[in-house]
Amino acid sequence: MKYMLLIHQGTTPTPRDPEAWGRLSEDEQKSVFAAYQKLNENPNVTPGLQMGEPETATTVRVEDGRTLTTDGPFVELKEAVGGYLFFEADDLDAAIELAAGIPAASMGGAIEIRPLVEW
Amino acid sequence: MVASLDQTFRDQWGYVLAALIGFLGDFDLAEEAAQEAFAIAAERWPREGTPSNPRAWLMTTARNRAVDRIRRDRTLAVKTRLLDTPEAAEDVVDDATFPDERLELVFTCCHPALDTEAQVALTLRTLGGLTTEEIARAFLVPEATMAQRLVRAKRKIEAAGIPFRVPDDHLLPDRLAAVLAVVYLIFNEGYGGRGDLAAEAIRLGRSLAELMPDEPEVHGLLAMMLLLDARREARFSDGELVLLADQDRSLWDAERIAEGRAVLDRALALRGRGPYVLQAAIASLHADEPRDWAEIAALYGELARITGSPVVELSRAVAVAEAEGPEAGLAIVDSLELDDYRYLHATRADLLGRLRRLEEARSAYARALALVHDDAERRLLERKLAELT
Repeated sequence: MKYMLLIHQGTTPTPRDPEAWGRLSEDEQKSVFAAYQKLNENPNVTPGLQMGEPETATTVRVEDGRTLTTDGPFVELKEAVGGYLFFEADDLDAAIELAAGIPAASMGGAIEIRPLVEW
Repeated sequence: MVASLDQTFRDQWGYVLAALIGFLGDFDLAEEAAQEAFAIAAERWPREGTPSNPRAWLMTTARNRAVDRIRRDRTLAVKTRLLDTPEAAEDVVDDATFPDERLELVFTCCHPALDTEAQVALTLRTLGGLTTEEIARAFLVPEATMAQRLVRAKRKIEAAGIPFRVPDDHLLPDRLAAVLAVVYLIFNEGYGGRGDLAAEAIRLGRSLAELMPDEPEVHGLLAMMLLLDARREARFSDGELVLLADQDRSLWDAERIAEGRAVLDRALALRGRGPYVLQAAIASLHADEPRDWAEIAALYGELARITGSPVVELSRAVAVAEAEGPEAGLAIVDSLELDDYRYLHATRADLLGRLRRLEEARSAYARALALVHDDAERRLLERKLAELT
């Protein structure tokens, strides 16, 4: 099975927010980096490209032929997708285990696992 | 004869379906094939006699039907594991050819990636062998709603890759807890009056105890269900709810109590001390006369520590009130943050009544009555309030 894991950072401190990030202890910061390194070294993981902050998102709709754009993500800012990766696994249990090891899962965010449809 | 055929079907359904899912790797195909085999049996067995090994007959027939179906529809075959297996033999195979995969099935149906309602419905449908209509009736929802719920759950199992296997050791405690929670939920639905669901939960509990003989909590849950169910006949009198202390003990099912206690002994021998084992032990003590309230209070204390549940603390308060007097019980009740819980107010009212603090008792009953939605419970509270003088 192929899965896409959508990382919702929620209130997770990341290096992009130096103030929040600075409130983590050095050990906590190291363990976040270590967790991502472990993910990237997993041969069944295809890391996603780095996404800009949800604040930089533009959302587009077309109504009556007119293109309408709004500033920000489709969902609430704190619910927006912050990153993604692909994972090839035997079953959902393996994907759940991988997801649980992503820092956002335990630091104020959540991971959404979506199976990819294969033809 | 019809009743016994029904019974055979109910007993065999879980086995046959589990083995077929394991073999075919496809829930829907397995269910259709099983249904076909059972329909053929229903038509043939009364005429030709029940085969000596009904399970093997049903499995062989169902498997052959599935194979036929796949041959007719080659595209389906791509999806199944059947491609790698030799052609199914036409003669009846013995049980050994089909492993008992009911445990795999249980863990699939109670996977936490499915919502609880779906877990309950799937477990009753697949392992319990209830029809969609029966499940719908038990949960008071339209049949179409229940059918939709089952379809959606099966689709998710396939699309999301929910595994058909017993979880690894490091996942087992959590997953087992989820399975037991589903069975307990079914039992509780039945305890509220629909006895058929309670009986179904006990049947599932027995299967789990057989499949996982070394798990104390499995035995604990079964013991608890048996001990509570033993008092079923005494819980209502002319449609009115009867509290444990007022129940006619001659209506208790002594055989069930003895069985429950034997199962509890097994759980204790396995050194079980989990929440279900404790609740079974408490239920067992409640069946004694006179009741050992100090011991009951101690067990509720242990249960409260494990679960951190204020509802359990409330039960402890009741036991403490019996062991040490209403004032000691009331002190615990008043320390709990359960303001929206009707039983808290009903318990307070009762304790205040015993302390002759009648005005406070009346207002506590009023609070409980404002929160109750079950008619039998309402009438019980109204009786209690009227008796308060």
